[in-house]
Amino acid sequence: MSAALFFFFVLAAVAVLGAVSLILQRHPIHSALSLILVMVALAGCYLLQGAEFIAAVQIIVYGGAIMVLFVFVIMLLNAGEEERTNFSRMARYAGLPVAIFLLIELAYWATRSAPAAQVAEMPVGPAQTRGISLMLFREFVLPFELTSVLILVAILGAVVLAKRES
Amino acid sequence: MSDILTEHSLLIVSIIKVVVFVFILLTSVAYLTWLERKVVGHIQSRIGPDRVGPHGLLQPLADGLKFLFKEDPTPDGVSRFVYFLAPFLALTLAIAAVAVIPFGPHEFELLGQKTGLQIADLNIGLLFLFAITSLGVYGLALAGWSSNSKYPLLGGLRSSAQMVSYELALTLSVVGVVLMTGTFNLREIIASQHGYLWGWVPRWTLFAPPFPQVIGFLCYFTAAIAETNRVPFDLPEAETELVAGFHTEYSAFKFAMFFMAEYVNMITVSCLATLLFFGGWHSPFPASAHQVTQYLPTALFAAGGALLLWDGIGYRTLFGKVVLPVLGLAALGFAALCAVPGVIGVVQGPFWFLAKVLTFLFIYIWMRGTLPRFRYDQLMAFGWKFLLPVALANVVLTSFMILVMQK
Repeated sequence: MSAALFFFFVLAAVAVLGAVSLILQRHPIHSALSLILVMVALAGCYLLQGAEFIAAVQIIVYGGAIMVLFVFVIMLLNAGEEERTNFSRMARYAGLPVAIFLLIELAYWATRSAPAAQVAEMPVGPAQTRGISLMLFREFVLPFELTSVLILVAILGAVVLAKRES
Repeated sequence: MSDILTEHSLLIVSIIKVVVFVFILLTSVAYLTWLERKVVGHIQSRIGPDRVGPHGLLQPLADGLKFLFKEDPTPDGVSRFVYFLAPFLALTLAIAAVAVIPFGPHEFELLGQKTGLQIADLNIGLLFLFAITSLGVYGLALAGWSSNSKYPLLGGLRSSAQMVSYELALTLSVVGVVLMTGTFNLREIIASQHGYLWGWVPRWTLFAPPFPQVIGFLCYFTAAIAETNRVPFDLPEAETELVAGFHTEYSAFKFAMFFMAEYVNMITVSCLATLLFFGGWHSPFPASAHQVTQYLPTALFAAGGALLLWDGIGYRTLFGKVVLPVLGLAALGFAALCAVPGVIGVVQGPFWFLAKVLTFLFIYIWMRGTLPRFRYDQLMAFGWKFLLPVALANVVLTSFMILVMQK
């Protein structure tokens, strides 16, 4: 087994275990920590594919910014442990078969689909960051700007909601 | 045996480099605490540590031993896993950030591998640094939360709010440099600052056209002090309000790990300031004076060695009478080595790099000795209403000037 494949399996296992732990943990902080683990493992997977820029941005944005806010809010509200309830009856009986069916379907389509031929060529190495920025600011400049306007709207909405209290 | 060596030479060379770098880094952290106590002492008209070893030189060792052998009680009701995880996270991330910093231009050969004075030469070195430092906040926040105590919780909350706020300004303040140099690779960023304006002003991004990054640097340094939680931005551990902030409940070596992480972070941001704005390993003197200035390392070490010899011979304790002259002779020997024709070129890069880093570290300590702490609302207002807009304006102005110069 090549080193890249070995690291992929390690990272994939970490990501999956982190995701499972995210759901099973009873304390919100532990769930948030599991989610951070998933994010970092995903960044590692991107790195294995040679997507250095995406990997770094994944950690900066998701690991560093968004999850810090999650943790911050959980700490601010001082959220306590969740209580376990009896699972709903429908989930108990229907959950497992549906999950297995979904997995089989996923595996079926994953094995059937042709190896990515129509996926855009991604430059590797130092040209990569340049390539991404050129694409972002030339071909996709309208969606890019629209997204920033969308985020601005969200910020304004948050400010309006916060101001209405007083 | 030799097969394993050649097959895995990259791995082995990396391990050797990591061990050497971490050893040097942790030793400098230890002596940075000594330097800080000495400098702050003299600022406050005291002499600082003076009892353990000559001039208190063994104080870091004594402190380390004390941290190792102290009892380490775990308070009641802590969230155990996170309580243990937090200091490890803080220190590991702090040390990992140093991996991408290049300390000198020269490459040398080790086990058939060409390698530079740097652990990893990444295309996205700068982004990697920001990724690692953006995770660094978890150590502080989780320590505050897991301690199950109100002061640490407040400290943890403050630290996450502060670091998120100032990270924006920090990242934006270096965008100007990236625009001017056109790369995220730290080695290339330094290399592109080579040369002189009008023959004598170094082409560091701080001075160079199209838009000298003076504003960028001031924003960077202010935000960096806030990111490392140092005076005047040390709100997370404000002892007058929060006992000791996020690390109140920690003792012994777990406390030491937070302490070390803070100093490693100081070294990292000083290195980054050096290589982004101050030309990294490039000498500040014009090339025409190079024949003279290349002997500066020799002169400096010789002077230091002579001073140590003179001071050591008349020192008041016997131990000092032995140790200080030995150190002085070692410095003199190193000075002689720096003048050897083959070595003199290699020494220049690391010498200037470390000299600049030391200057920044001194400014850090100087500020700690002179400035009072911000109030919390002042800190937030300053970060969001002043620093962030100024950093943004710097990005806009820099890109505008680049555009104008291109036309």
